[in-house]
Amino acid sequence: MEAKIVTRMGDGSRLEMTASEIRADIEDGVAAAVKRAKVPPLTADEIDHLCDIFTSSTRFSAVDVGDEIVLSSDGTCSIDAGSMTDSLLVYQNSLGADILELAGSDYSYKAAKTIATLEAHNMKMAQFNCTAPLNYGAMPDLGRYSQPDGPITNWSELMPLGRIDEARASQEAAIELAMEDMLYVCEHLWEGGADGMDFDTAGASGDADLLATLRTVETLRERYPYMGLQVGMASEMVLGMHGQLEYKGRRLAGMWPHDQMQVVQEAGATIFGPAVNVNTTRSVAWNTARACTLIKPCMADAKIPVHPNVGMGVCGVPMTAFPPHDAVSRASRAMVDILKIDGL
Amino acid sequence: MHASHAIAAGMGGMRTSGDLVGRMQVTRGMRLDQAKDHVAAKLGVSRMDLSDPLVMREVRREHGLGFLRVDELAFPDEPGAIEAKFHIAEVLDVPINCVERFRARVGSAGLS
Repeated sequence: MEAKIVTRMGDGSRLEMTASEIRADIEDGVAAAVKRAKVPPLTADEIDHLCDIFTSSTRFSAVDVGDEIVLSSDGTCSIDAGSMTDSLLVYQNSLGADILELAGSDYSYKAAKTIATLEAHNMKMAQFNCTAPLNYGAMPDLGRYSQPDGPITNWSELMPLGRIDEARASQEAAIELAMEDMLYVCEHLWEGGADGMDFDTAGASGDADLLATLRTVETLRERYPYMGLQVGMASEMVLGMHGQLEYKGRRLAGMWPHDQMQVVQEAGATIFGPAVNVNTTRSVAWNTARACTLIKPCMADAKIPVHPNVGMGVCGVPMTAFPPHDAVSRASRAMVDILKIDGL
Repeated sequence: MHASHAIAAGMGGMRTSGDLVGRMQVTRGMRLDQAKDHVAAKLGVSRMDLSDPLVMREVRREHGLGFLRVDELAFPDEPGAIEAKFHIAEVLDVPINCVERFRARVGSAGLS
């Protein structure tokens, strides 16, 4: 009888599977990505290596010595460790962070605008005390510009009524407002000494959300030649909430990581972060195999660093506030070993 | 979760050269191999040395790039925090926004 191995589901819960069952899950995860995104499958060697990682009974898994990568983050000041600068120093001095990120509790550029001068001052003081690169981060968060949170007629309410043209016009108006806010915040934080800006969960409200981000990045690149610009995606595929928006002649709706990387790169970003959503009803092995398959096409064509988002509920990391080390370390190692990523 | 990633795959931040390689990615958009090669060449070390905390502590001290203080090894007269970033900008040949602003604000009162 085949031995059972302790592993995890996508929600973090523990379960036992045999090596054969784990291999079947990995092969199925690869097949699911191939079918969905029309990407090539992982090679047999890569699947074998994933099996080695996920059939090990060790508590922790890690990359080979010398294969280490750069760690960026979406907010490294959210722990209870005193001031923002104190938290950043904990990440820098105790948690081995390679790139730090200052961020507000309300992780949205629209919210950050109301306290931009204060955030810029926090940035200035933090830069006095930190040595590692320190970015500012928030979400483009286009949905906040729709009623009742914002001034624009809610496109999600217009669409079910068949008022498609009005829904599209609303999103186009929201793009202008979001860009104005993002540029305002970024300019203030740059004055505060930031090394770069992170646009996290770009595309969360669909193609219009991503377009607002790309145009903002493009504008910032023109104004500030050496500003760091990181774009992390919200999901594996760009939702077509508008459906007709294009960036430099390319339709954004329906884009998968490879095409997302290309438009982000073209806009002038310095780091791209693909995100692949976790299916909580499948194993971590299935989810990681699927994520690797979806992201792999990015790696050969990218001219800028690719840092897959491996936070809670993306790229194989279980969807829980306290992801177990055994699962996180396996997702982390798989991304490095299979994809040769530039960072996480 | 950050600790898991740091131990499983991270370069080690200021314990090694992770912040320096990361800076080349942030500011120059260099891919990992390119960024590691750049930092290794500027510091005169091998790529393997970049993730070795013992080697990098001495290299960082030699170049004034800042390092983490521990009780037994505190060097208050060594560059730290923003001071170290002046050296990082020079050694890695990369502009650092806060360093440029610091220099401009201090003006002729401080730095040449």
